[in-house]
Amino acid sequence: MSSISTTADALHGHDAHGHDAHGHGHAHTQSFISKYVFSTDHKVIGIQFLVTTLLMLMVGGALALGVRWQLAFPWESMPIFGTLFPMEGGQISPDFYTMLFTMHATVMIFLVIIPVLAGAFGNFLIPLMIGADDMAFPVLNMLSYWFMWPAIGCFGMTFLCAGYGAAGGWTSYPLLSALAEAAPGSGSAQTWWLFGLTFVGVSSMMGSVNYMTTIINMRAPGMTLFRMPLTIWSMFITAILQAFALPVLTAAGFMLVADRILGTCFFIPAGIVVNNAEPTVGGGQPLLWQHLFWFYSHPAVYIMLLPAMGMVSDMLACMCRKPIFGYKPMVYSLAAIAGLGFIVWGHHMFTSGMNPALGMTFMVSTIMIALPSAVKVFNWLGTMWGGKIEFNTVLLNCAAFVSMFLIGGLSGIFMAAVPVDIYIHDTYFIVAHFHYVLFGATLFGVFGGITFWFPKMFGRLMNEPVGKLHFFLTFIGFNGTFFPMHLLGVAGMPRRYANPFLYEYLEHLLPMNQFMTYSAILMGFAQFLLLGNFLLSIKFGQKCGRNPWNANGLEWSAPSPPGHGNFDVPPVCYRGPYEYSHPDCPEGQDYWMQTDPRGRKKRPDDLAGGNAAAPAHS
Amino acid sequence: MKKFWVFFFMLVPVLALWSCIVAPGYGWWFPGSDGPSKGVAASPLGRRIDDLFYMILVITTITFIGVQLALGYVLWTGIRRDNREGDVEKAWFSHGSHELEVIWSIVPAAVLLFIALYQMDVWASYRVKTHFPEEVQNKPMAEVTARQFEWRIRYPGLDENGNVLPLMPDPQPTDLYAVNDLHLPSGRPVMINLKTQDVQHSFFLPELRVKQDAVPGLVIPVWFEADKSGEYTLLCAELCGWGHYKMKARFVARPEEEFIPYLRELTKQQSYDGVKEAAAQ
Repeated sequence: MSSISTTADALHGHDAHGHDAHGHGHAHTQSFISKYVFSTDHKVIGIQFLVTTLLMLMVGGALALGVRWQLAFPWESMPIFGTLFPMEGGQISPDFYTMLFTMHATVMIFLVIIPVLAGAFGNFLIPLMIGADDMAFPVLNMLSYWFMWPAIGCFGMTFLCAGYGAAGGWTSYPLLSALAEAAPGSGSAQTWWLFGLTFVGVSSMMGSVNYMTTIINMRAPGMTLFRMPLTIWSMFITAILQAFALPVLTAAGFMLVADRILGTCFFIPAGIVVNNAEPTVGGGQPLLWQHLFWFYSHPAVYIMLLPAMGMVSDMLACMCRKPIFGYKPMVYSLAAIAGLGFIVWGHHMFTSGMNPALGMTFMVSTIMIALPSAVKVFNWLGTMWGGKIEFNTVLLNCAAFVSMFLIGGLSGIFMAAVPVDIYIHDTYFIVAHFHYVLFGATLFGVFGGITFWFPKMFGRLMNEPVGKLHFFLTFIGFNGTFFPMHLLGVAGMPRRYANPFLYEYLEHLLPMNQFMTYSAILMGFAQFLLLGNFLLSIKFGQKCGRNPWNANGLEWSAPSPPGHGNFDVPPVCYRGPYEYSHPDCPEGQDYWMQTDPRGRKKRPDDLAGGNAAAPAHS
Repeated sequence: MKKFWVFFFMLVPVLALWSCIVAPGYGWWFPGSDGPSKGVAASPLGRRIDDLFYMILVITTITFIGVQLALGYVLWTGIRRDNREGDVEKAWFSHGSHELEVIWSIVPAAVLLFIALYQMDVWASYRVKTHFPEEVQNKPMAEVTARQFEWRIRYPGLDENGNVLPLMPDPQPTDLYAVNDLHLPSGRPVMINLKTQDVQHSFFLPELRVKQDAVPGLVIPVWFEADKSGEYTLLCAELCGWGHYKMKARFVARPEEEFIPYLRELTKQQSYDGVKEAAAQ
């Protein structure tokens, strides 16, 4: 490993990138802290993100179990939580319940799904897959990780505030979030929550800038845009989404903070009386928040999904030993989803009272977003079609991704149809839909991705039977928890109700809620298998070489785990990313690595077409 | 074991279909005028919304079953290819098919466009003011103001001849008030003005498939029609604070000829000073 090419490093001037004393057996000159804690190495940062988000996944899951407990056993004292928080008789009070689902969503979205995809996988994979030695801005990269912690701290602070913390829902619609009198959790907790949001935003933005620059400038010779793996395409498009959408949310967050602290009235109209307080002087408009919030948060749905789509495409191709079916349509549909994603935010607001003519515009654009999604599903099936499928944990998780994304996508059509949305909006149907997309699709993709790239991270394989068991239990628990939510939604059970069984027409849904809670508990405990498998395999997993899956991406030509400069030989890319089962493949192997120069067609653009390394690095 | 996984994935469509088929029997379906389980909307527009739901349900179910079967098929044939030991068959080398891409782009696009255009009409009659039924155009019968955590209702009062006065934007001395109890005529479209006094709420009549957010600073007209007389649930569908779940009210629909006597009764109650008998109207 110490043989990591010093020529390449010398050429690329590592010191300029912020790597200290690098190039001569770097491991010896770095202290523990600079190597593992305040590291500027994209792989260490990726793993830091991964471990942090897995821990946050447990926190978010625990909060969800609190929500589910209350819905199955309303007002009955809750184990563990009841003793952790000063609650009377261990019961979940309505304001505590409101905090639970608010913070569940906040943790899962901002501290798990976005950072695990962009932060963990983006950081780890982008330089390796495009043949770069690190990110374009390694120090910025390190900061993007360390800005997660103030965010975690701020969100954590909300738990310590009076009234059990932020309780405005993750959407934090004003005036509930703008006026401290509006709810017990609308006091200082809401301000902390907004600061937390800003910090995650800063972290994402740093990543986004870094990914865009790295992908544009630092591709290995021969790595043309259309030779990039779909993972890279999806990360690239996600970074663009973040760069354009995130500033809007940050601005909205600051406006709300100003309303709360400085006495401005961006979102507060005149004459509002909350809890018998003085009527407010205003002139603001709460709908403005919704527009600004969803202008970020709808694209954010794709920020939480596109990278998983890309990763699953790569994994499916490898596990089925097939080229991606329709590589270019896959790229175009990623771009189409992202582009349409910017003009559909209003579909969260069909019942909000905005101009009904706008409702129609948003409906048509929303329904049309199903089209590129459908193309992707068909192409994944096409990729598996005629494949030589290996049924390992990776494939199972990817197949689950396709299957669950299908359900999540189809249920989306119901709410895209405005008249139907009138009824199902803010019912459990919506909850079912976005859990199928964000958990069913994204998290299964992430579980697959962890198993698939774990060997590259640590040089060892994860335990296969435990991985399969984890998948099996998670899949059952997941469907048991979330599929019935469609039915609850059709039956008219509203979201965010501490006790829906107060209503006669919902009373009979209690048994189903109990069944869902048992499924959720099963699913929650299954995650310990993942955590255990992950942590133990770092030390005890079966050792593996550079390319345990016989995959053909550039990252598999690097050592496992790669050293600080990634590649021992500067990689050159000779072909597309999915040359599996090519009839001309060398004897005894069914794939052609991107770095394999044999058998390539002599084309003048082979080297020049890519972004030549030298100018990018100088 | 490989076959097990294929069957495992095929359980999803089977269980999903099964649960949707048995659900109405257990009452896990639309609430409606005839109890929670029958699922027939209690208003004409509600039934049109239900019809759209069923239409989309049919389209998505066909797609769902088709794609899941395709998934099962490709997984199954993938096993076969992998199982031939000794003579291992290579996977099919293909970068895709332009014709297929075109087909599976155009067909869904046509279906989706159909869904989008087909329902414009229902949306227009629900929300676009010029498409409201003539009976209710600019004739709100009550003003509903949401507040943490109750619904305040303001009716216009009656004039000397016992006719209902028009509802004024601002409170009038003749106005009548009620809390969590909305009475309106059945069998004809009615309209209310929806407001909120504090945070955002949402006016939700599940049995009638009506939902409209009450946004601070806005007055939003909402119309609906209850076919049959009866009591319907009115609840809040937008998070409005810790007591969001208990913003429970009822909407009582009864024939038009019983509505004016109700208002008269309200007038009587409100003008009663606790000492002498209120003057009979």
